[in-house]
Amino acid sequence: MDKTLRRWAPLFVLPALICFVIAFLVPMIMGFVLSFFKFSTVTDGVFVGWSNYKRIFIDMDFIKALWMNVRFTVVTVIMINILAFFLALLVTRGVKGTNIYRTIFFMPNLIGGIVLGWIWLLIINGILLPKNATIITDPKYGFWGLVALANWQNIGYMMVIYIAGIQTINKDLLEAAEIDGANSWIRLKSVILPSIMPAITICSFLTLTSGFKLFDQNLALTAGNPARQTEMLALNIYNTFYTRSNFEGVGQAKAVLFTILVAAIALSQLALTRQKEVEV
Amino acid sequence: MMKKSIVLTLVLIFLSTTLIFSAGTKEDAAKEVYFLNFKPEIASVYEDKVAPAFEAETGIKLKVVTAASGTYAATLKSELAKSNPPTIFQTNGPVGLANSLNYVSDLRNTEFYKILSDKSMALTDGDRVLSIPYAVEGYGIIYNDAVMRAYFALPNKAVALKSPEEINTFAKLKAVVEDMTRNKDRLGIQGVFASTSMAPGNDWRWQTHLVNVPIAYEFRDKGIATGIETDDFDFKYANEMKQIWDLYLDNSTTARGLLGSKSVDDAMAEFALGQAAMVQNGNWGAAQILGVQGNKVADSDIKFMPIYIGVAGEEFDGLNVGTENYFCINSQVSSEKQKLSDQFLTWLFSSETGKAIVKNDLMFITPFNTFKDHELPSDPLAREVIRWMNKSGVTSMPWAFSVIPSGEWKNNFGADLDQYINGRMSWSDVAKRAVASWKVEYDLAH
Repeated sequence: MDKTLRRWAPLFVLPALICFVIAFLVPMIMGFVLSFFKFSTVTDGVFVGWSNYKRIFIDMDFIKALWMNVRFTVVTVIMINILAFFLALLVTRGVKGTNIYRTIFFMPNLIGGIVLGWIWLLIINGILLPKNATIITDPKYGFWGLVALANWQNIGYMMVIYIAGIQTINKDLLEAAEIDGANSWIRLKSVILPSIMPAITICSFLTLTSGFKLFDQNLALTAGNPARQTEMLALNIYNTFYTRSNFEGVGQAKAVLFTILVAAIALSQLALTRQKEVEV
Repeated sequence: MMKKSIVLTLVLIFLSTTLIFSAGTKEDAAKEVYFLNFKPEIASVYEDKVAPAFEAETGIKLKVVTAASGTYAATLKSELAKSNPPTIFQTNGPVGLANSLNYVSDLRNTEFYKILSDKSMALTDGDRVLSIPYAVEGYGIIYNDAVMRAYFALPNKAVALKSPEEINTFAKLKAVVEDMTRNKDRLGIQGVFASTSMAPGNDWRWQTHLVNVPIAYEFRDKGIATGIETDDFDFKYANEMKQIWDLYLDNSTTARGLLGSKSVDDAMAEFALGQAAMVQNGNWGAAQILGVQGNKVADSDIKFMPIYIGVAGEEFDGLNVGTENYFCINSQVSSEKQKLSDQFLTWLFSSETGKAIVKNDLMFITPFNTFKDHELPSDPLAREVIRWMNKSGVTSMPWAFSVIPSGEWKNNFGADLDQYINGRMSWSDVAKRAVASWKVEYDLAH
């Protein structure tokens, strides 16, 4: 049985592998190669060496987008994880009707980013109406609007992961702690948190990378306005590639830097939180 | 055994990918013209009228794809890289053409080039004809004559003028507009000017069209001919632009802070519904006025006046007339497809059916010798453009913006205009940055 499985495994991997190669591997390699070319359509270019990488820094746009993105990611990682964790605690207390709440909290995650962006654009512009302002009047509004949107979209999803983590905690452990006189704060700090470290690892990884990769919401909500002050990395790369003529290669070079940067950050975060995981 | 199945897997990957890619190229053989349309406001005409009529008469399929407002360059870029690329696409002038040079074919020997009345209007490179204009357009301030008549009939009006026809300088325009704002309740309008649309992608009426007026005056003073690219731009008439910009903003249907949520469609709808008396736009906007449900403006009340900014002698200047609509035929599709494309364009602008659609639905003022006078479009704005072009003692303003060095310049300028609206940037900074950005972008492009 095992042997047959092993023999045919490559065949069953095939469909996914083809998709992976066509939709991920090939474009990624092409993108890397294209970052050294000057081109206007991706099938037709001239080799220019490192010049695209140098041209990234002819203005401060990329750095500004990076800084905006870092601020956004720090705020959202903290907020989403804390809120999602407490929601998970609330809905695992065995109160009646929690399943309904779980479903409701999860639902925003099922809506696509562009649609969400438009919905929140209406909401936020409505809120700002009495102040005679719109979301693109002031970069502050745009920033907090994006934070609100990211929270609303991701908290439910992270909550589900935390619920799964909380449900694996050994009940005996909690009971023993309670008998030993641990109050709820100590139980949380010394029992629950260490036991759900794997969930924390995965949730912080997901929120961190999605914070850096955020694109559709950024495009739909503010499109980087006012004056590019709410433009984050992915949108900056898109704008460089598509709206500046002769900058296609530069956009590609930015994308390569972006990939390296996000991979580096995410890997170090994984290493960090992994250390804290405990075997029970 | 293990190795065998890996080999088998690889062979299968290879086969299936070849299948997928060859399926893509098969379509190429179909008798089809693929037209990438630039104008979203008339996309439905191409799809519902032009394509069926062309197929009925010639048996050739017309595939129309329309890029969303403000995304033509991006859409074109990705469509051109596909295995079934557009055969006809549009460029906006010399600057845009420079980016597609590998994709434009020589149109010298096409039927389409033969029907162009003034051959000098085409964009050329030496002997090669690369791009042919298909519509002459004009823009200025569109006004609702019914509201204007009501205003000029007011007993308490503060100006001595008697009709909108007499407005021919910025000073007169300002006096009338500000007095109209004081009387807006009586006139039944929410503001004189429709919203100064600043929503993302909707600022082209300002960062391209309005700024054209000061640029054109500056180039005229310096003797720089239209269509010649230059890095010699100092924004000499920045203060004049500020005057008209403030006038638009202060006499608007919408408060400054809320303009960030307004689109061009919103502005056109306000005009069509009679909430605003004036809106800056061009004759392409006719469909957007006539097509609004509940449209309250009679055709005969839709009139044009030039954009006056306060430059001496401006009473002798007319609407901004020019074109940024040029067709190119893709040089990288088969020569058969290039011929079909030529056939389509010639059909559209010279067959009876094609011309009728151009006149009545697309509403283009065309530069082709196949159109007789009575075949010019009959919508109110096109008629007004023609009237202004032929008005004695008045010269049309050229479209100097065709040499704005890059789209980036326009985006930066639009963003700065928005910053100015929200009080986050002074006008002198807006002007300074526009000049600096022009130099930077010009150097990058040359």
